[in-house]
Amino acid sequence: MKLQVESINTYYGKSHILQDVSFDVASGEAVALLGRNGVGKTTTLRSVMGLSTPRAGSIRFKDKEIRGKPAHFMAKAGIAYMPDDLRIFPDLTCEENLEIARRLSKRTGYWSKKRVEELFPVLGERRRQMGINLSGGEKKMLGMGRALMANPEMVLLDEPSEGLAPMIVASLARVIEEIRDKGMTILMADQNLKFCRRVCKRGYILEKGRMVHADTMEAIMADDTVIGKYLAL
Amino acid sequence: MDLKSIVHVCLAGLSTGMFIWLVASGLTLIFGVLGVLGVLNFAHGSFYMLGAYCCFTVLSRLGDNFWLGLLIGPLCVCVVGYVIERFFLRYVYRIELPYQLLLTFAFVLLFDDLVKIIWGAGSLGSPSVPGLAGSVPILGRNFPTYSLFIIAVGPLVALGLWILIEKTWYGRIIRAASSDREMASAIGVNVPVLFTAVFMFGAWLGAMGGGLAVPYVGLLTPGMGEAIIIDAFVVAVIGGLGSLKGAFLGALIIGLLSSFGTRFIPTFDMFLTFILMAAVLLWRPQGFFGEAV
Repeated sequence: MKLQVESINTYYGKSHILQDVSFDVASGEAVALLGRNGVGKTTTLRSVMGLSTPRAGSIRFKDKEIRGKPAHFMAKAGIAYMPDDLRIFPDLTCEENLEIARRLSKRTGYWSKKRVEELFPVLGERRRQMGINLSGGEKKMLGMGRALMANPEMVLLDEPSEGLAPMIVASLARVIEEIRDKGMTILMADQNLKFCRRVCKRGYILEKGRMVHADTMEAIMADDTVIGKYLAL
Repeated sequence: MDLKSIVHVCLAGLSTGMFIWLVASGLTLIFGVLGVLGVLNFAHGSFYMLGAYCCFTVLSRLGDNFWLGLLIGPLCVCVVGYVIERFFLRYVYRIELPYQLLLTFAFVLLFDDLVKIIWGAGSLGSPSVPGLAGSVPILGRNFPTYSLFIIAVGPLVALGLWILIEKTWYGRIIRAASSDREMASAIGVNVPVLFTAVFMFGAWLGAMGGGLAVPYVGLLTPGMGEAIIIDAFVVAVIGGLGSLKGAFLGALIIGLLSSFGTRFIPTFDMFLTFILMAAVLLWRPQGFFGEAV
């Protein structure tokens, strides 16, 4: 197992957000976290990344306990995170946003600036532009490119398809498939079921901070009761 | 008033301004980087004072070598900066601003008394700097050589900081962490360590200002930090909190204004500074280069 999460409990101040959430992701696997807005998908990713430390439970990455470690430790251990609001550094150029992630992680591997710019040609064109001046779509590609630049073993993607036109979503799915086929382990939270099915084999459903259902994406999408109960908007 | 006088008043203003800049630069840097949480460090004036006293002690122990004092003195203050950030400030980043101000103000009082205990409450006379003592004639009137040296040092420090922030690897990390500390940590920046380092560097800058002030002010007194920190705060505010460019410009303006003020309307010397601050705040609350509030 690449990632094993066992009954984590995460709080924001006094509110108990995640309640005994457990799931796992195998090496090279792409897994989807599903559920409506506000059920705890982002908090789950943040908990794994070490940005919101769970008060109880266990998170094992490559069979080592990592709960309670700070985010910069996770980055160096090989986990990269793309937040839903992307958080591109506004005062850094597009190129600097990529480079800084590569140098800080101190990890080497398949992904380089050249490879990332081949994957997202627009990043090559925008090289010298400040992060703040990029469009929403460009920021999304840069957010994903920045995550890859660290040459992680696993990426956490929060809402990769959100806010993109259907055609772009289709090409994004192709890109994520390509990344997955290069051996990357992927955990993504997304509300677009078709997109998730295309990229991920399995899915977990969260509801009010609890893990309520786990199955293959095929089975989840064939089950109208599950969709009606937990996923339909 | 003739041209000669105007040039001399300008030069005096520039050297005053450059001192304020040296102190304001560290203050601004600390605010800019740690500014995501808004750390306004009142104790920065204490770094200036401690820098001056440490420099003085080192140079008087080591054969009156000013440059050696300037090298070692501020480094001692760096250690003080480390202790303040690592063991005190770090725990109030997440608390509201007034508590941070109270904590740093407590350090101001503490260091003032510490200086009195160590160096005594009286003033210490300072030595002249070999090679930079005396004065040079400018337009037929003498101007202190050391003040000219300070006028040259200010822009060099500004250039150095600009290169550090805009052109180096560490500058890139600083820019990333100051705009988004959480995302910076998610890509591998050890943010607490970075903050400590920046705070120490800011303390070093303030202490350098103090060290350089040793031959300039003539007398070292326990309250010398308070006088300059007020000017440095005004400069940081009108330049836009966190903006080094703004602090540099602000220091030039305040320096010149107080120089002309002292020359022409001595009774209203301080008044001019605060009138300018009030005017800037009314016209542009975020300062010259600050981000809109």
